[in-house]
Amino acid sequence: MMSGNLARVSNGAALPLKKVPKLSPGAFRDCVIASVASGSRLVALCADEKLQLFAIMADDEAGILGMARTALSKPAYPALTPECPAAQLFEREMAEQQGLLPEGHPWFKPVRGHLPGRPGPDPFGRKPAEVLAGLIPFYRVEGTSIHEVGVGPVHAGVIEPGHFRFQCLGEEVFHLEIALGYQHRGIERALLGGPHAATLKMMESAAGDTTIGHTWAYCQNIEALSGIAPGPRASLIRAIALELERLANHTGDLGALAGDVGFLPTSSFCGRIRGDWLNLSALLCGSRLGRDLVRPGGVGFDLDGDRCLELRTRMEKAWAETQAAVNLLWQAPTVMQRFERVGLLTGEQAQEIGAVGPAARASGLRLDVRLQHPLSGSSQSLIPHGWDDPAGSGGDVFARAWVRWREMHHSIDFLSKAVSALGALGEGKKAERRDRPALGANQVCLSLVEGWRGEIAHLAVTDAGGAFSLYKVIDPSFHNWSGLALAMRGGQISDFPLCNKSFNLSYCGVDL
Amino acid sequence: MVELGALFPMGWFQTLCHVVAALALPPLVLGIINKTKAAFAGKVGPPVLQLYYDLFKLVQKRMVVSRTTSWVFFAGPVGAVVVGVLVSLLVPLGDHRAPVSFAGDMVLLVALLGLSRFLTVGAALDTGSPFEGMGAAREVTFAALAEPGLFLGLCALVVLSGQAALAPMLAAASQAWGAQAGTLALVLLGWFIVLLVENCRIPFDDPNTHLELTMIHEVMILDHSGPLLAMALYGASMKLFLLISLLLALCLPRTGNAPLDWGLFLAGVGAAAVLVGVVESVIARLRLPRIPLLLVSAALFTGFAFLLSLVKR
Repeated sequence: MMSGNLARVSNGAALPLKKVPKLSPGAFRDCVIASVASGSRLVALCADEKLQLFAIMADDEAGILGMARTALSKPAYPALTPECPAAQLFEREMAEQQGLLPEGHPWFKPVRGHLPGRPGPDPFGRKPAEVLAGLIPFYRVEGTSIHEVGVGPVHAGVIEPGHFRFQCLGEEVFHLEIALGYQHRGIERALLGGPHAATLKMMESAAGDTTIGHTWAYCQNIEALSGIAPGPRASLIRAIALELERLANHTGDLGALAGDVGFLPTSSFCGRIRGDWLNLSALLCGSRLGRDLVRPGGVGFDLDGDRCLELRTRMEKAWAETQAAVNLLWQAPTVMQRFERVGLLTGEQAQEIGAVGPAARASGLRLDVRLQHPLSGSSQSLIPHGWDDPAGSGGDVFARAWVRWREMHHSIDFLSKAVSALGALGEGKKAERRDRPALGANQVCLSLVEGWRGEIAHLAVTDAGGAFSLYKVIDPSFHNWSGLALAMRGGQISDFPLCNKSFNLSYCGVDL
Repeated sequence: MVELGALFPMGWFQTLCHVVAALALPPLVLGIINKTKAAFAGKVGPPVLQLYYDLFKLVQKRMVVSRTTSWVFFAGPVGAVVVGVLVSLLVPLGDHRAPVSFAGDMVLLVALLGLSRFLTVGAALDTGSPFEGMGAAREVTFAALAEPGLFLGLCALVVLSGQAALAPMLAAASQAWGAQAGTLALVLLGWFIVLLVENCRIPFDDPNTHLELTMIHEVMILDHSGPLLAMALYGASMKLFLLISLLLALCLPRTGNAPLDWGLFLAGVGAAAVLVGVVESVIARLRLPRIPLLLVSAALFTGFAFLLSLVKR
């Protein structure tokens, strides 16, 4: 159920800003809290330079998206977090970006370690030397038997920087706090007044392992705001690339999960096969990470008949090898005893924090942008859902692994259908591509894409001159990191790497 | 009064062979294990002699030593090598005799292994790092559970063979497979588990992991570098080699022909290394809270062997 005060929007369609009702701050707050209370999900909560707040709500079962806004007269407002936990990181982010003070926020700490872009006092009251990534007042458990373990930001493996602070009693974790921001590049700030010449490249590297997902969401915004359509062929190629990205990453994740429990065969084979999947992206566009494929107005490279054929052959070979390698996992009791009942995130917790993607589905939530909020023309409705499979809804490491495995089957299914459909579409006329078309003035557009980690949300608002007055990038990791912290409570500290990998969240996608 | 001749039962040439083998072979065992694992993973893997290259490289490097550490930090790796050399004098290799042998020397063997652990744990705690403290706590917890497994097995063999010195005891026991197969098999099984845990192999520890939070042994030597790290690695490989030798002494046949005995011994070391590699390749690591269960079962195996030996005598 959506609150009546919300403007209905559809995924990837522009809307004149004046059609979004401007509520009073009190009504805005009530509207968001009432929507969340009635089962809706908070997709985004953000503020622009003029202290205008936007909230996006999703009713996933009904496939409805709603938007509300309000304008604040002073940089402070009563926090939503006490009533709506999913808002906690959004509110901290708004405080850090625009200097807005959420009064009564129970966990008020900086997110990325930078100063607000708007002039005014720092709502966190930090001294200049304290404005750095990782410098947050960590929660501490007191007591002589408690010990504190800090891991990172420099890690032993080749991974991104992030700091994890554990409060432990022996091997048991009482509390985990995660500090990010080490890779903050100021992407959202740089987008203001855009799109600029470098914007497309910035979107491709917002989270480098999710190039297709983020670039698609961005291009969808540009297309909707400028009134150009990518055409069926380009949409289908984007959908193919998105599933290839999912297959490569899910294969890598399953291999890495095997590696973390010391199960050699799957770990080694998946490491190699992931490369085979990445090479299919390279077949599409010459880049294993899908760079330069998705462009405003279409795609950078067409997929002709010969390469369709090659894609299909190589896909079938890689899939057979993936199945052989991954099935070893499910057949090994020693692996299952590591995966099962470890790192539990209950469905209730997942819903409260607003978790998305495979992690949320593994906790029993039914949400998938591809099915519930499909982009028009992407044919993603061909993808089956696997929600009736009880194996992958326990919320533990096993469930998160199993959900990935199930999704890979669905992706393969979709790919073979999509490649056939592409052949039937014929060559078609070349889509019109313009990297920086003129955007409509005073418009707002929300684009959601189901990346391999979950829902990628891009919100664009243009000013009277057709330039971005607000551009919000929300990687699925933004919602899910607190899920990892919850999953570790009461767990073994030695199980942390495994739990971490089962979520496999992006650091740079949050740091932006 | 112990007679010197009885204390040193081997001739100088045999002693020389023994010492050279004990010093030179240990890194090879790890090379074979890693080759086996690589084969299972469909990889070429590092050369069999990789650990020799690593040691050679490390001893030429400078050490980086934290200012918070003291001499205790050095005692760990030095102790590991010294204990390795001392233990190698007690354990029979291809010759089925040991350079030093006296009644009750197996108590010294267990004590020396304990000393080495004490020094390594001390060195880990000396760094003050939370990782190393965690690793040290795990090492001590699991060692306390593994030691009974080793010791009860020794008790069973003492009863079974009527000998109180390690080398003659193992030699006598290895001749008793006809009458005491059950007892010996239980000891072997228990000791194989002890071998895996003492040397931090899968399913207890993962020597290849880079994840500090899950490590046991590796995390305790994280801060050691250069020659100190070389000593820690070399000491660990000696421990693995000597425990394998202990197991082999129980199950290898004796031909009486010295070159043939040595050949059998070397083949046995290779086979044991391959076996460890296979175990590591086909199973995953245990969850940390489950490790004690398997360790207790090792103690149960050797404990039952002890009971059996008492009954069958």
